[in-house]
Amino acid sequence: MTDMTRTLAPHLRDLEAESIHIFREIAAETEKPVLLYSIGKDSAVLLHIAIKAFFPAKPPFPLLHVDTTWKFREMIAFRDRLVDMVGLDLIVHINQDGVDRGINPIEHGSAVHTDVMKTQALKQALDTHKFNAAFGGARRDEEKSRAKERVLSFRNGQHQWDPRNQRPELWSLFNCRLGPGESFRVFPLSNWTERDVWEYIDAEGIEVVPLYFAAKRPVVERDGRLIVVDDDRLPLLPEEKPVSRKVRFRTLGCYPLTGAIESDAASVRDILAELKDARFSERQGRAIDHDGAGSMELKKQEGYF
Amino acid sequence: MPSGILRLLTCGSVDDGKSTLIGRLLFETGSIAEDQLAALECDSTDAPDYALLLDGLQAEREQGITIDVAYRHFATPRRRFIVADTPGHIQYTRNMATGASTSDLALLLVDVRKGILTQTLRHAHIASLFGIRDIVFAVNKMDIVRYAEGNFREITDAFKRITEPLAFSNIHCVPVSALEGENLASPSERMKWYSGPPVLTILEGAEPRAADADKPFRMPVQSINRSGADFRGYSGTIVAGSVRPGQEIVISPSERKCRIDRIVTSDGDLPLARAGDAVTLTLSDQIDAGRGDVLADLESPPEISDQLRATLLWLDEDALLPGRAYEIKVGTRTTGASISDLRYAINVDTMEHVAARTLEANDIGVCNISLDRLVSFDPYEGSQETGSFILIDRYNKRTVAAGTIAFGLRRATNIVPQALDIDKSARARLKNQKPCVLWFTGLSGSGKSTIANRLESTLHNLGRHTQLLDGDNVRHGLNKDLGFTDADRVENIRRIAEVSKLFVEAGLVVLVSFISPFRSERDMARSLLDNDEFIEIFVDTPLELCEARDPKGLYKKARAGEIFNFTGLDSPYEAPLEPEIRIRTADTTPDEATDILVEHLRKQGVI
Repeated sequence: MTDMTRTLAPHLRDLEAESIHIFREIAAETEKPVLLYSIGKDSAVLLHIAIKAFFPAKPPFPLLHVDTTWKFREMIAFRDRLVDMVGLDLIVHINQDGVDRGINPIEHGSAVHTDVMKTQALKQALDTHKFNAAFGGARRDEEKSRAKERVLSFRNGQHQWDPRNQRPELWSLFNCRLGPGESFRVFPLSNWTERDVWEYIDAEGIEVVPLYFAAKRPVVERDGRLIVVDDDRLPLLPEEKPVSRKVRFRTLGCYPLTGAIESDAASVRDILAELKDARFSERQGRAIDHDGAGSMELKKQEGYF
Repeated sequence: MPSGILRLLTCGSVDDGKSTLIGRLLFETGSIAEDQLAALECDSTDAPDYALLLDGLQAEREQGITIDVAYRHFATPRRRFIVADTPGHIQYTRNMATGASTSDLALLLVDVRKGILTQTLRHAHIASLFGIRDIVFAVNKMDIVRYAEGNFREITDAFKRITEPLAFSNIHCVPVSALEGENLASPSERMKWYSGPPVLTILEGAEPRAADADKPFRMPVQSINRSGADFRGYSGTIVAGSVRPGQEIVISPSERKCRIDRIVTSDGDLPLARAGDAVTLTLSDQIDAGRGDVLADLESPPEISDQLRATLLWLDEDALLPGRAYEIKVGTRTTGASISDLRYAINVDTMEHVAARTLEANDIGVCNISLDRLVSFDPYEGSQETGSFILIDRYNKRTVAAGTIAFGLRRATNIVPQALDIDKSARARLKNQKPCVLWFTGLSGSGKSTIANRLESTLHNLGRHTQLLDGDNVRHGLNKDLGFTDADRVENIRRIAEVSKLFVEAGLVVLVSFISPFRSERDMARSLLDNDEFIEIFVDTPLELCEARDPKGLYKKARAGEIFNFTGLDSPYEAPLEPEIRIRTADTTPDEATDILVEHLRKQGVI
């Protein structure tokens, strides 16, 4: 990392600088920030930039992973290895109440599972540790309600987002003032696109979970989505038989809720080439976006990221 | 901007077709994925409604209006764009301002049938205020007038004439139909009478705001980076100019000189860093600098002042109150500030300056701002990063205004506080007491003056030097020019606070008996004094009891509609959250209250 002749493309350099600025500003002005680490490519970029922002010191906040217990096994292994490598504190939070009630995406559907194991779990974790600013890797180009959100997204004492009454956000002057119990979600990658993320991963040599790269994986087709059978918790219907297909993921969530795509892209460069011709949006494979019109917005109002 | 990304916003009045235009532009440039197009066709009732691509909130789709800014990316083979699609409704002007503050160009729409509206001009004004110099003035809905030239010229000529006083360098006028995609991505076949380029061609050729790399060096310090025993660096984003190791710089506002030692990044030390780079600098001398300071060019440092002339765009539903204590954030410095003089507001329809005592939401005005400490800044024109600021309400924490600095007022540098040989403690020693302010607050008729009077008699009998300031009496003299609007109430208390401070300087025990309904102003009074010099006494009497007592017959008059803005009835009273003393007069007599207060003063060593 001591290459003096690093040539980051100008637009990536600008995006990186903007993200670093946001990290430093919020870390300087809020009492107890935390970085929400969800193991995907956006989290990988987020963590990489956080480390750069505070170099040579370490980022002045821990990582938090809200584990729904339905992540791909490869994701968890990747997380543990990476956290070990960067030497930051990782808090893993699981909604024990949800586990005790046996909540899962297969029987309860994506809406209930996401609410209990993600939204409620996130709120529990933030409240328990009294974190009042949580960095996340969401981007405005992902989804139409995210396109509406501020970099510094104000949440009330119940973690709710009020999309009709967001704080004005002028220039790069962030108003970091909070009342008791209130908090922020902070999105340093707001202005990045999916393509920027991959170009940056390529330019900076950032390691990502292998699930993003095409490989033969056992797959069943369900409601038009390709579901990778990650373990024996996925009950197969009588006529379903996993077949080996060359697939990869554009986004990573809980495995029964995230559809794979057929692809031959086995490297970051391949993925960039594939994106050039992509005719479908990134979150197409995400079941939770399709729970009903405006479903992401509703989840966010309830306190989802 | 080296990346060549053009940031633009769409603005104009409600229903002029902003979201439709951008949706159509996204479609024409192939920026909509197939699954999103499928969803759009499913959501639209007949022909695709392109606005639905932008209006991402449920309420927006239900009401068919835009509430908040949507940020979308699109690209042509020539360049990339980030567009902020902003709402036209006056209620959401603050969201339009949010989009405008980071844009290089404004795409301002009007409906050809309606022409220029107040909101059109308000948006033009805000765009100009925030430094946007390029405007695409799109006259929309030409399809409805069958693409006839009609009053296109009339509207565009009027726009150019009215906006003459604004600072636009280029106004491109284009007739368009967002609905049909005419004159957006390619020249319209249906409007041959227009010979200029279509919208997209203008956007592709527009210059982003001038890069700041050629200006004098500025880096507002965001934080101190400490690592290990030895490393101490200053982290921040360079907002103007460039810097090299060995270069001599100045730390503003302390004006201490020092030298850059290293430019530290995780990719290795750099030989040069320039505007836009987020870096960590180390200095060759052990110098005390911190968050809020600006590292700056030695030859052309920023201006320094605690008095600013600025233009404000008021954003909050609670109106501006001159004299009220707000917080101001300039660069990375946050400090207390108040509007010392609202010089005028701007009538956006006529561009005239009109006298004003306050600014309501969405108003634009020019004022003097008085800050609690010196700040470093540059005039906004040409220096967006060091010339802009926001005002924050101290209590509800909302961002209440956006501002641009015109210049520093020379007064700040010319009035140096005169150091006096005899000070407060010397005067107090002579009187054998510790000066302080006993600030009685409470509703009209709560018993403030009764208790304050009795306490002053008691103190006088004990041989103490006192001065009682009573609301009603002061309003007959010093403050006889003030009424009872919120703005005047704030000024009333500001003057009393300053007078109290002078009496404390004189070594007196000051008793202030004012309704003083707002927390902000009581806190402002507190902030003028040293820590233990301000004793807030909340005379806590229920409204019903005050009204039953009604010693001056005022409640009766207010209820009869003869007096307006009466505290507790049609004007709010903000009870103290943590007063030093609370006296509940429902079960405390004035004599008991006096005893409690004398006891407190003894404990505090005042007497």
